[in-house]
Amino acid sequence: MSLVFDMALVAGLIALALHVVVTRDGRGAILAFMAFGLLLGIGWARLASVDVALTEAAIGGGLTGMLLLRAQAHLVRHAAHPAALPTDRRRWLVPALSCGLVTLALAAVVLAFPRPAPSLAHQAVASLEATGLGNPVTAVLLAYRAIDTLLEKIVLILALVGVWSLSRDAAWGGASQLRPAIIPEPLVFLARVMPPFGVLIAVYQVWVGADLPGGTFQAGTILAAMALLVMLAGLRLAPQTQSRALRLMLAGGPALFVLVGFLGVAVAQGFLSYPEAIAKPLIVGIEAALTLSIAGTLALLVAGPPDRAPEP
Amino acid sequence: MGLADAFTLICVVAGAVLFLAGTLGLLRFPDTLSRLHALSKADNLGLGLIVLGLMPQQASLMGGAKLVCIWLLAQLSAATASQLIAGIAARRKPQA
Amino acid sequence: MSAIALTSASLFGLCGAALVGIGLFCILTHPDLLRRIIGFNILGAGIFLVFGAVARRGAAMGLSGDPVPQAMVITGIVVAFAATALAIALLRRLASLTGSATLEAATPPRSET
Repeated sequence: MSLVFDMALVAGLIALALHVVVTRDGRGAILAFMAFGLLLGIGWARLASVDVALTEAAIGGGLTGMLLLRAQAHLVRHAAHPAALPTDRRRWLVPALSCGLVTLALAAVVLAFPRPAPSLAHQAVASLEATGLGNPVTAVLLAYRAIDTLLEKIVLILALVGVWSLSRDAAWGGASQLRPAIIPEPLVFLARVMPPFGVLIAVYQVWVGADLPGGTFQAGTILAAMALLVMLAGLRLAPQTQSRALRLMLAGGPALFVLVGFLGVAVAQGFLSYPEAIAKPLIVGIEAALTLSIAGTLALLVAGPPDRAPEP
Repeated sequence: MGLADAFTLICVVAGAVLFLAGTLGLLRFPDTLSRLHALSKADNLGLGLIVLGLMPQQASLMGGAKLVCIWLLAQLSAATASQLIAGIAARRKPQA
Repeated sequence: MSAIALTSASLFGLCGAALVGIGLFCILTHPDLLRRIIGFNILGAGIFLVFGAVARRGAAMGLSGDPVPQAMVITGIVVAFAATALAIALLRRLASLTGSATLEAATPPRSET
């Protein structure tokens, strides 16, 4: 019975993905992609990966959709927009065949997975005691494979530097223009009512992420959404990207992470290893700082390069 | 099957039927405002019934409270989105 | 390998394989660069789903899945978002400079890119 539900879900996912590729309507493709992200979130919940489901629904369905919609509105105003796939058969037949081959090869791999399935669950659970955490996914992210998470933070910052560097020279250090020309009343209302709840939910997510599904990425995305909502409704202007406080907040999370990493060299077994007695407080501290910098980075990535000259 | 399970079953099925009706309305109704009407029905009542139905299945009071919070937040965002879409539809109408 | 029991995990794995093909096709053939960026995200979603199938199969020790692939997917989703944001910023700049959201007009002789 549950397999029938999964099949319907998979059919919906593939149909939406195909719609994204073949439709002539650019905005429709983006909306289909957002629906795809939300359905995929349900798919991840069906795979019993609730942490991933939360991340996918928040980023794949939410933030990426907003990024794409803003880009589309910009492109419609500034550029000639080719809409459809090429109709000439020579131009799509060979790619279609080779992509089909890739799919077939991957499907063969999926069906030929070794059994019994290899799993690191044993090791993950065995060392869980030492970290003081209850959620093994958080333990992997912040303890066993902390170096990956640290590098990922740095990738996020680098992407933001890349986005900022695309601004015009005159606008360097300025702010992005997020506020639309006409701000509808209901949006302002939502932007006044929602953020307190959003902040509460984000704090809850970070705190509960130590033991249950949740964590820094999900919380950071919610905070970023709240910040964007406030800026879209014009209640606050987007921050100046040259602001020292803003840059400190963005760099603070990774900086603390690196600092704790070197602390591990001094007092524990090596880089990024935590002294066992205070592992949990350290991890929760890093998570709190990371959440703030992730939220800032994600919101500014969506806001895009600054396009107003900085005010002193 | 206990009384609680029967209650859950009835409420969730009723909610699912409302979602189905709302989706049909979204696809078949002729203009923006009536489509919005169909959608809000599914959002408010359908989700409400599903939340109500899941109430007896919760182990703790906290779980139930969280479900109600989800419903209230969905209401808030759905109401705002409906207002925004209706506002745009009303502004476009005179020209059409 | 003889009798393949279709489990929920392998079903989502196969879905991931299909999404990889669809996303790749979109990246290769669609003239609209924004649509190619969406295709890149679909491709990523497919790869993550294959990881999800691996994670689900690794359920052991009372966990519902292997936490290592799950953590890798979370990292991957965030990195894919960062890459998308950078690509979109580049595309917006390209459109402002050339007035076109495609590579075709810019390089007419080699339009097969």
